Amino acid sequence: MTHATATANMMHPPAPAEPGSGVYSNKLGMWIFLASDVMFFTALIGSYIILRFGMREPWAAPGAVLNVPLTGINTFLLICSSVSMVKAYAAIVDGKKYFLRPVPGKLLRDGGLKFWMLVTIICGAMFVGVQVVEYFKLVQHGLTPAGFREGSHFAEVALADPAKYGAATAGLFGSTFFTMTGFHGFHVTCGVVSMLYLYFTKVLPEKYSPQDYRGIETIGLYWHFVDLVWIILFTIVYLI
Amino acid sequence: MHWWLPTAASTFAGPIDGLFLAILIITGIALVIVEVGLVWFSVKYRARPGRKAFYTHGSTRAEVIWTAIPAVTVVALGLVSNHYWVQIKGRNSVPPNAYAIGVHVKQFEWQITYPGPDGQLGTGDDFTVRNQLHVTVNQPTVVRLTSEDVIHSFFIPQFRLKQDAVPGLTINAWFQATKTGEYEIGCAELCGMGHYKMRARVFVHTPEEFTAWMAQQAAGGSE
Amino acid sequence: MTSVAHAKPGAHDAHHAPMSFWRKYIFSTDHKIIGIQFLFVSLFFLLLGGLLAMQIRWQLGFPGKPMPGGGILPEAMTSGGVILPEYYIQLVTMHGTFMVFFAIMPLLMGVYANFLIPLKIGTHDMAFPRLNMWSFWLAFTAGLIMVAGFFVPDGAARAGWTMYAPLSARPDLSGATYGQLVWCVSIVVLGLSSVLGSVNYITTVINHRAPGMTWFRMPLSVWAIFITAILAVLALPVLQGAAILLLFDQTIGTHFFDPIAGGQALLWQHLFWFFGHPEVYILILPAMGMVSDIIANGSRKPIFGYHSMVFAIVGIAFLGWIVWGHHMFMSGMNPTLGSTFMVSTLLISVPSAIKVFNWLGTMWRGNLKFTVPMLNAVAFVSMFTIGGLSGVFMAATPVDMHIHDTYFIVAHLHYVLFGGSLFALFAAIPYWYPKMFGRMMSEAIGKWHFWLTFITYNLVFFPMHILGMNGEMRRLYDPSQYEFLKPQQGLREFITIAAFSLFAVQFLFLFNFLWSLKRGKKAELNPWQDNGLEWSLPSPAPHGNWDRPPNVYRGPYEFSAPEAGNADFLPQHVKLPTDRDPAAATAPAPAPAH
Repeated sequence: MTHATATANMMHPPAPAEPGSGVYSNKLGMWIFLASDVMFFTALIGSYIILRFGMREPWAAPGAVLNVPLTGINTFLLICSSVSMVKAYAAIVDGKKYFLRPVPGKLLRDGGLKFWMLVTIICGAMFVGVQVVEYFKLVQHGLTPAGFREGSHFAEVALADPAKYGAATAGLFGSTFFTMTGFHGFHVTCGVVSMLYLYFTKVLPEKYSPQDYRGIETIGLYWHFVDLVWIILFTIVYLI
Repeated sequence: MHWWLPTAASTFAGPIDGLFLAILIITGIALVIVEVGLVWFSVKYRARPGRKAFYTHGSTRAEVIWTAIPAVTVVALGLVSNHYWVQIKGRNSVPPNAYAIGVHVKQFEWQITYPGPDGQLGTGDDFTVRNQLHVTVNQPTVVRLTSEDVIHSFFIPQFRLKQDAVPGLTINAWFQATKTGEYEIGCAELCGMGHYKMRARVFVHTPEEFTAWMAQQAAGGSE
Repeated sequence: MTSVAHAKPGAHDAHHAPMSFWRKYIFSTDHKIIGIQFLFVSLFFLLLGGLLAMQIRWQLGFPGKPMPGGGILPEAMTSGGVILPEYYIQLVTMHGTFMVFFAIMPLLMGVYANFLIPLKIGTHDMAFPRLNMWSFWLAFTAGLIMVAGFFVPDGAARAGWTMYAPLSARPDLSGATYGQLVWCVSIVVLGLSSVLGSVNYITTVINHRAPGMTWFRMPLSVWAIFITAILAVLALPVLQGAAILLLFDQTIGTHFFDPIAGGQALLWQHLFWFFGHPEVYILILPAMGMVSDIIANGSRKPIFGYHSMVFAIVGIAFLGWIVWGHHMFMSGMNPTLGSTFMVSTLLISVPSAIKVFNWLGTMWRGNLKFTVPMLNAVAFVSMFTIGGLSGVFMAATPVDMHIHDTYFIVAHLHYVLFGGSLFALFAAIPYWYPKMFGRMMSEAIGKWHFWLTFITYNLVFFPMHILGMNGEMRRLYDPSQYEFLKPQQGLREFITIAAFSLFAVQFLFLFNFLWSLKRGKKAELNPWQDNGLEWSLPSPAPHGNWDRPPNVYRGPYEFSAPEAGNADFLPQHVKLPTDRDPAAATAPAPAPAH
């Protein structure tokens, strides 16, 4: 049921009310939720830092166990999805609910919300896909949450060069790698699923408008957060 | 039935019991003020027909007073406490001449390793005894705590000594017993089903008694 | 009394088609119903936690004797009715777990954050009503999972509610094949419930206050709940992270906490207590807030030092993040850290002291009406003071060396959690009962319950200080194994008998609560003559609360104000001739989100 003011601009805090945060509640709520998620990742990343730097024995060299170039490309993909998210947001602010529209005098057509949102979803899904494939490969070669599986490829090369492969710290390496990237992947997956849900229930039926695009902005915030966490994770897990 | 702290049998007991008493007096005064205040106000200001409450929102002066006094008190308490804390547990608190004994804790017993006649822990003449700690009175002793499995805690109430034994760490806990006799060691950290069964005994000997005991052990004597 | 022109209660109701029983009472998005759901479920867990405690007390008071009714428990728990050691440590673990996570925390937040916030700040419902419903069902699910721990092979978790690793990470060392893993899963689910709930509470308080309800006109109950929600939203995820790491250690072969492969046992303690200390402030702050409301009301006087009270709440919450190491003084962590944590811990006693003095100041020169809520609220102050002062002993690290992990700590925690939080709940439940259910709880039964509880409670927990001073360790199945603990058996037996009496007395409360639902005296609009916005609504409050938010003209504690005339209270929403409408009142009403 709705009251007469259904077309009112929803992009403001509720009224009548005492001045609060200055932003509408969905956005405020998402910021607060993201603060809680920061604490969650802090627990995981903090534990990793304490454990890794509490070990005297060497940690695996970056690139020795993990596929840094491939993950680098994957990182770029995720960043691109954040860019497309911004484009989606910009599109709906301008009321561009459509998919693609030709622009007179220009070669490239103009993307609307439907287009840019789809790009974001696809890039996000591809990111998860690549991660899953990398996980499979790693487990196949012997990296498990408990360390290098006996008799596996990693176990063998670690015997030959324990320092480079972090033989003594492999257990922690595996534990922290899968936990941190796994939960990040879980967050990305939740984001993709949420975006798919919004795409089919709100974006395609053109329920968003410049007067009300709260869902896009809210999921956009979440998506940028997930991207930011990845940049931090990529740096500390794959590069250091 | 024991109503107070246990008998004091180490050099720690003096400062710790003294601090305990001081805190008891300070908190006791605060407690009396609050409880008497509550009861007195409850009686004196109970509702009676025709009475009206005194309309006030507070007093900044009162706030300052009852912020400053507790703050100063706790800071003073902190300084005194820290002084003793550093002496007891500080990084350099273990006396250089302390007699070292290894205590390896496991579910559910204390494996106590003595340095043997040569006085050096970690040499061939070391020997291990289960659940019996033998020390010399008035001699600084340091226990090197290790754990086989889970976290346990080495606790001798009469010495006011407690230190967790953590797997993966070697932790030094030192003390100096002041009274000969037999005391008990308890485990003060839940360590599994047999946590309650981890009683061990401490024997505080005169130097002669200790030497005799050591000789007896070295000769393959019974526990 | 001037009329309230704008806020029309209940008109909102007329717009809704009648809801099915399921939508109205089971899958409700109404914050009041959700609060009541939490109330029933949490009271159940309080009872369950109490039953576990009675079994603990049986073993400590009458060690080795068959427990009455013990025969119905399976072989793994009791042998011929005698509690077994492996069951005893499940009892202590699950008693703590149920009481902290499923009784006290949800009673304070799930019930009163939900019930009070929209009513006291003047809005229809929470910012996210459907999310609120999910919060409840997640908490309920977590509770079911936790109870299931008793029914899995080898029984429930048994490493203490603090679940120290590696004991908790190694089923082979603890004997709990699945129990600890069930604990971890339940906690992760509960954490999500808490986080989502807190997102709701925080957003609602920030964005949905009625016109005129400025920050410094909010009741202290709302301030306390608001700050608590911030603590919860930031602390629970850390516990979730820790529980997940523990879960992985238990199941997929990681070694976060086991030094066998580079893990650190102390890492668990740091993670757990980094959450755990803010958690204990989560367990006391809402109680303090509600007690403030009730004492001001009972004294017919404004709260003494309202601004100081707010700053004290914020101070406690802020300092609460940097004291966690005081649970770890004996853990083997760097002694220098011990010094720093000692300082912050001693300092945190100051804002608590400020609050106690302000409560006294509120009662001073008041016109005290000792209703059941007021009795329990004053008892809160009395016993929280004991609990807080006993904390000073353990803050002094040398003294902590003696009393850590003894019954002195058990005494302290029960004085603040029972003497504190639970007595505050014994005050809050009858206080807001009329607004929840439209009836009053019996004052007569309430007074009997209060006095009998107060006496038996102190007989149970005060002697525990003595046991602790003597050195009696915690979580000990059989203290008589130790010569130095044998002489105290008489005191342990005394405590047990007092505990059985205390437990029995609670049935008075339970009876009062349940019986009054149908037979309690019908409640008027404002039975306590209070100033909060909720008291302007019918009892019980209708769905949607107000059609349009009321205007607020003053703070919440204007008791005995001269402007009130003959009355000794002046509600926040009442407009006097000298009052002007708040600026925010002229904004148009939006389309409410449904």
